[in-house]
Amino acid sequence: MAGVTASALTTEGRPAPSTANGSGPAGARGGVLAGLARIRWGRGTVLLVAGLYFLVPIATTLWFTVDNSPQGFSLDAYRQIFTVPGLWPALQLSLLLAVGTIVLVYLLLIPAVVAVRLGSPRLRTVVELTCTLPLVVPTIALTAGISDVLRWCNDNLAPTPFYATFLDAQNANFPVVLLLAYVVMALPLAFRTLDAGMRALDVRTLLEAAQNNGASRARAIVTVILPNLRSAMLNTAFITLALVLGEFTVASILGYVPFAVWIVNGNSAGQGPVTVAVSIVSLLLTWVLLLVLSVGSERRGRAQAQH
Amino acid sequence: MSTAPLSATPARRRPQRAAAGRFAVVPLLLFVAVAFGVPALAMAYGAFTTYNPGKPSQYTMGNLTASLQGGYLDALLGSVKLSALSALISVVAGLLVAQAVVTSRFAFLRKAVLSASGVLANFGGVPLAFAFMATLGNAGMLTTKLHLDQHGWSLYSFNGLTLVYLYFLIPLMVLSVIPSLDGLRRQWREAAQNNGATGWQYWRHVALPVLTPSLLGGFVLLFGSAFAAYATAAAMVGATVPLITLQIATALSGNVDPNATNIALAMSLDMVVIATLVMVVYIPLQRRSARWLV
Repeated sequence: MAGVTASALTTEGRPAPSTANGSGPAGARGGVLAGLARIRWGRGTVLLVAGLYFLVPIATTLWFTVDNSPQGFSLDAYRQIFTVPGLWPALQLSLLLAVGTIVLVYLLLIPAVVAVRLGSPRLRTVVELTCTLPLVVPTIALTAGISDVLRWCNDNLAPTPFYATFLDAQNANFPVVLLLAYVVMALPLAFRTLDAGMRALDVRTLLEAAQNNGASRARAIVTVILPNLRSAMLNTAFITLALVLGEFTVASILGYVPFAVWIVNGNSAGQGPVTVAVSIVSLLLTWVLLLVLSVGSERRGRAQAQH
Repeated sequence: MSTAPLSATPARRRPQRAAAGRFAVVPLLLFVAVAFGVPALAMAYGAFTTYNPGKPSQYTMGNLTASLQGGYLDALLGSVKLSALSALISVVAGLLVAQAVVTSRFAFLRKAVLSASGVLANFGGVPLAFAFMATLGNAGMLTTKLHLDQHGWSLYSFNGLTLVYLYFLIPLMVLSVIPSLDGLRRQWREAAQNNGATGWQYWRHVALPVLTPSLLGGFVLLFGSAFAAYATAAAMVGATVPLITLQIATALSGNVDPNATNIALAMSLDMVVIATLVMVVYIPLQRRSARWLV
């Protein structure tokens, strides 16, 4: 038996084949014990290693935040979350930006997605391309471009009446610059999510039915299409929220202090355990959010399939 | 005669509709033109010009040449190397995990892994860096308990960063390869076995060739996301590992030499070129893998 497992492990060195080996009916029917042992070992090893790799950092981080040597266990790091200076303004800024981003994404994308569904294939190509373009420019490159534009404005707009607008756009309480950047960054995923939701609907029939009943086109879209798009809209909101809460690149380089930037600054300023505690809490909250989302959409999908 | 007006009505209506549709798209296009187009063009323009406040800018290739020399080139190559290595490892590991999940009899396992992957693939950035610093950093739990530092381990190195990047790349690979593995038909394996093929031969001659486009596509996708990643590296290593994203950030926030900004713009352009190449390779591969695996 030891010899069998050993040989199974040597074939395991090669990717996938041995893990898959017994899954087919022939492997099972063959009834070869070696085959069975092989599947278990292969799959078990892969899943065990992966599980350890993904769970250990989370577990040790939690441990790190409650292990206050030399006294031992302590929840101080979590208690400090409520008193540590700077966290709440940073979180507030992030949430404000998130709400703004979500609203703007809705306003821009929902009409476009409806139009794409009704319009010509060429319109779809144009919109798809427009929403995919930001993927070609990495966030850091976009940031470099933005800071170049800001530099130019700063040097050239001072004598003009636009200067006040320019300064407003950089207001640290609500930086419109960041808002614009976040909407651009959210576009690719948001478009795909909304478009997928829209594809599941027979928009044309729904619209015609509503219009035959005397609804205007705008009203038909608001009262018939949007309610059917609810789950895709919720998905988009969650994904965008996660993106904005975790965003570090643009904000840190342009010198703003939302949530993620505060965590890093606080950490280097010597507030180690609190910032790690905050980051782990934010992480777990995001996970719960995304898990609820995936479970919810699955359930809805199943409910729809039953109808 | 009577059919003419009937067919004319929809024909007259359709252009109207299309026009209404086009108007709904206009805000989006305008927005992207301003919020994305202006910075992107400014970047491209700045990469090829000098910048002196008050004086007209001049055309130069100096920024691009500088961005491909010395420390900047090292950073570019470092990024390419890190992204390629971590993407390669993630493709193999992701395929193994996905295969283990797909062939599993437990529906629960599949659901759990899929949800977890969806979450972990989005788990870049600062929390990821912190989790690994608390685990394997200089004062990390595992480092101190297992005395890893005595064996030459350092998280703040090329290898350490690779290990961290796998954390969001492997789930991304699992997500992108599972549909392809689901598309491998059982009949293909049975046909191969009936013809006397071993499991290895089946993989070598049937499954892998069918999977190749999606594996390559996955590699390219992972390469792209590793290449563009900044937050994790910035929060973790500062500037000890030369990476192009870190170099750009340093040049931008340095604020000393106006030329540094333009070199940062040139480096950004280098990144865009590479990211574009990535997309150009990725999209056809995506289409090709869709052909077999309906």
